[in-house]
Amino acid sequence: MARRSRKPQPAAAVTPAGPPPPVIRVRGLTKSYGHGDATVHALRGPEDPVDGSPLGVDLDIEQGDFVAVMGSSGSGKSTLMNILGCLDVPTTGRYLLDGTDVGHLDEQQLSLVRNRKIGFIFQSFNLVPRTTAMAQVELPLAYAGVRAAERRRRAEAALALVGLADRADHKPNELSGGQQQRVAVARALVTAPAMLLADEPTGNLDSRSTEEVLAIIDGLNATGRTVVLITHENEVASHAKRVLRLVDGQIVSDLRQGPVDGPPPVLAARQSATRQAGQLIGGAR
Amino acid sequence: MIRFALAGLAANKVRSGLTMLGVLIGVASVILLLAVGNGSSAAVKNSITALGTNSLTVSSGAGGGARTASTVKKLTVEDARALADQANAPDVKSVAPVVTTSAAAVYGDISYTPGQVIGTYPAYFETANQKIATGDYFSNDDVLNSRKVAVIGSTTAKQVFDSEDPIGKKISLGGTPFTVVGVLATKGATGFNDPDDVVIAPLPTVQNAFTGFGSVSQILVQATSADTTTAAQSEITQILMGTHQLTDPSKLDFRVSNQTSLLSARESTSQTFTVLLGAVAAISLLVGGIGITNIMLVTVTERTREIGIRKALGAPKAVILGQFLTESTLLSVLGAGLGVAVGIIGSHFSVVGIKPVVIPSSVFGAFGIAVAIGLFFGSYPANRAASLRPIDALRHE
Ligand SMILES: Nc1ncnc2c1ncn2[C@@H]1O[C@H](COP(=O)(O)OP(=O)(O)OP(=O)(O)O)[C@@H](O)[C@H]1O
Ligand SMILES: [Mg+2]
Repeated sequence: MARRSRKPQPAAAVTPAGPPPPVIRVRGLTKSYGHGDATVHALRGPEDPVDGSPLGVDLDIEQGDFVAVMGSSGSGKSTLMNILGCLDVPTTGRYLLDGTDVGHLDEQQLSLVRNRKIGFIFQSFNLVPRTTAMAQVELPLAYAGVRAAERRRRAEAALALVGLADRADHKPNELSGGQQQRVAVARALVTAPAMLLADEPTGNLDSRSTEEVLAIIDGLNATGRTVVLITHENEVASHAKRVLRLVDGQIVSDLRQGPVDGPPPVLAARQSATRQAGQLIGGAR
Repeated sequence: MIRFALAGLAANKVRSGLTMLGVLIGVASVILLLAVGNGSSAAVKNSITALGTNSLTVSSGAGGGARTASTVKKLTVEDARALADQANAPDVKSVAPVVTTSAAAVYGDISYTPGQVIGTYPAYFETANQKIATGDYFSNDDVLNSRKVAVIGSTTAKQVFDSEDPIGKKISLGGTPFTVVGVLATKGATGFNDPDDVVIAPLPTVQNAFTGFGSVSQILVQATSADTTTAAQSEITQILMGTHQLTDPSKLDFRVSNQTSLLSARESTSQTFTVLLGAVAAISLLVGGIGITNIMLVTVTERTREIGIRKALGAPKAVILGQFLTESTLLSVLGAGLGVAVGIIGSHFSVVGIKPVVIPSSVFGAFGIAVAIGLFFGSYPANRAASLRPIDALRHE
């Protein structure tokens, strides 16, 4: 598809003046489906005051931030997330990931970005059928060319982190929903990506499983990972340092709940645990 | 990558197995059917060389389709004697008039009817390329004295005497006792008749006992060499036109046929047979190939979501393409390999009396085509799926 950003970006223009550059920088992003009257603007941003055309979404996310995206059904949350995860391409606008314009990457480079920089957690788990938990978690490492022994070691560690070391040989149809989602989390974090994107990771889980998954995500953010997650639940959003609200493909509110370079609010609240966030990950309640 | 592919195939064992079976049957039938066709034409070729290329057969009846000769004169011993005249027929080496009949051979309490009872001259043995295995041929002297002696074919010997030595034994043919003086070497069946199921005796003896002294059924002529058969053929025609008082060469009451032309006609028949078998086999191979295509299409479509997941995890397009191509290639290579094995093992058994002879190029051809089909038809759906944007693959129903 044709993208508007045809001009190559001079590196100087991309790098902001401040010391930590945003991992995610989005400018004028729009996404529409269909043609003519049937066009759906899933992402549109504010309207141009002159001719009423969509200006697109602008968004910066700092390194280490924990952002919750909220909004009613159909407001464009998943659309935004898929573009951020390089799974989809915007209709117009630019997306700079770590200062690189993703629109200029070819298929090969995109798969590298997906593999190395992004861990994606889907609402519907999206585990590979008929494959054991261990093999699931090893998969991104295999695509990264990690050797078998090292792959196994890291996959074991990731599964242990989500508390599923004893379920390594189970296939998706032998796991509960919460366990499947934890396998998906392990798979997303096993490559140690700088950025974790989660589309309603707890949407299909009961409150107990929700707490387990959130505790893992909190821990990951505490170790410096950037997290963006979509949720409908205020309880989940309370874990985030920043909450965005989307309505009709537009960001209508942007609320900061905690500092970027601190622990996530829930962990911060538990004073005693703050200093050992790392150890807490595995043993959440 | 092979491990991924094997896992993929193992995930659906029945389907993979059936697809492989389709390819197996296709490849095996190509190899086997072509081998049978080839075997039968090889058998015909052998019998050409066995008969000798310089023998000619004169038989009575109109030639060239013109059945207008007013009176059809049968061939006689006098005709044969005229052909043996060196002055008129310098290219004729030997002449053997032949009568054939059928009679039961009785030995002790065994009664067996051989395929043919032939009465002829000793020259017949060389002309018809009949070699003796044990005992001896009968001689010109036996012919002149109408002795009741016989040379029997190996099949007849086995049927009548089983493991006994037939030489010197007396068998009764239609009530006349014959002494067996020789057993012929086995020529082997050509798939159409058994040349070893014969009893050969001196001409006058057979005429006396069975056919009477009138006409003979054939005259077997041997030309001096393979190169002179054409010359010998025209000499024979000239002489017989004289003895039969014929003037118009288009209205003959006899036929001179050349063994080679007779057999090349039969060879071309068996070649047609091979082509036909090949066509049937090719169709089954094609069906096997369509099976692979179908399975790959279903597999890839069914696993589009999975492809989306893998791409979202950062699988490069080449890896996904490679996985599906390896799967389809593995299917076709395994299927074709087993098919080659089955085809080659199967060709060790003879089919309706024909010993199949495997054509090496058919083995490589069938294997290659099966693998190529797997690769080609596997690559189309795999490439389509691997080119999808991850989100589109993930949304696939
Ligand atoms: N592939 C598509 N083709 C056409 N329209 C689409 C497609 N994907 C999304 N849309 C439309 O874009 C809009 C935004 O969809 P999106 O999936 O981003 O919503 P969402 O905010 O994630 O909703 P939910 O909370 O229900 O998941 C919706 O109106 C939807 O109908
Ligand atoms: Mg959604």
